[in-house]
Amino acid sequence: MGRPVRFNINAGVKLVKEGPEGYGGEGFFTTRLDKVVGLARRNSIWPLPFATSCCGIEFMATMGAHYDLSRFGSERLGFTPRQCDLLMVMGTIAKKMAPVLKQVYLQMAEPRWVIAVGACASSGGVFDSYSVLQGIDQVIPVDVYVPGCPPRPEAILDGFMKVQYLVENESLRRRNSEQYQKLLNSYGIQ
Amino acid sequence: MEYNKAMGLNNEYIQQRLTEKFGDQVYGFSEPHGMLTFEAPKELNLKVLQFLFDDENLRFQFLTDICAVHYPDNKGKELAVVYHLHNLVDNVRIRFKVYTDINQPDVFSATALYSGANWMERETYDFFGVNFIGHPNLTRILNVEEMDYFPMRKEYPLEEQTRVDKDDEMFGR
Repeated sequence: MGRPVRFNINAGVKLVKEGPEGYGGEGFFTTRLDKVVGLARRNSIWPLPFATSCCGIEFMATMGAHYDLSRFGSERLGFTPRQCDLLMVMGTIAKKMAPVLKQVYLQMAEPRWVIAVGACASSGGVFDSYSVLQGIDQVIPVDVYVPGCPPRPEAILDGFMKVQYLVENESLRRRNSEQYQKLLNSYGIQ
Repeated sequence: MEYNKAMGLNNEYIQQRLTEKFGDQVYGFSEPHGMLTFEAPKELNLKVLQFLFDDENLRFQFLTDICAVHYPDNKGKELAVVYHLHNLVDNVRIRFKVYTDINQPDVFSATALYSGANWMERETYDFFGVNFIGHPNLTRILNVEEMDYFPMRKEYPLEEQTRVDKDDEMFGR
């Protein structure tokens, strides 16, 4: 006896995301170049895991077969900052580690994004203490914060999809803009 | 009491030998959880450690740990430096304390006697600011170099002061 179908396939659920606006026909498609670049970047983000504690364990689950970050075009983790687009900071960052984190960020090539996973990376969390950095945004700019202690893999995926949205819709001129230079200068980065 | 090889080393014998050697310069003997604990003036710390190290029956030749304790209400004796010693032959441990004034926290370094004291004294300096005289490299070992206070002393607010999101309204600061 077959199992009942639980998914309503007639409700208009789109399993495949539609492409950007443009004009297409048989065998060709025209659109704006920045849309194509955004599409390409969004679906090939190389994450650099900077995992120091329990949030890193959750990230390992996220990378595993069950939650599978590869579905979002990120099966290729880089373990050198020079190749990566997305710095994922997961876990408590001690003050002594802050210069290391900043150096890793500086070694990444533009364009680069940062996601702070968990309460500790976002705000210091419960470690309101002399030795712990009160959020990584004190040393580097952060694009997306994921709350939780630790966040579930679903939450990390949600944060990752938020980053994907930013990557796809970012203006190609943003990294050359005055505001962006100001932001970096406020962190002492040239 | 004589040293009895069959009986092994016991606390009464250690206390007797120390009192024979140093008289009333060693005091405050107690045995919390069966571990002999005593004090001496801080000027004598190396002499006591050397005696415990060299004596052919005592043989406390392993330094388990050095740590410090801050007693803010103990005027003139605010900082205690605690040595944990281990006789590996007889498997006996003792605890030895010296007290120092927090305004002049100078204590002689035990690095010449125990090489392992090097990092332990750096850690104690790092967290309590005990100035070990004669230490080859008394710099911070765990905390950031720029730190301008000694975090384990009971003299600063418990919470991190760089937080701006914890205001008076929410957290009573």
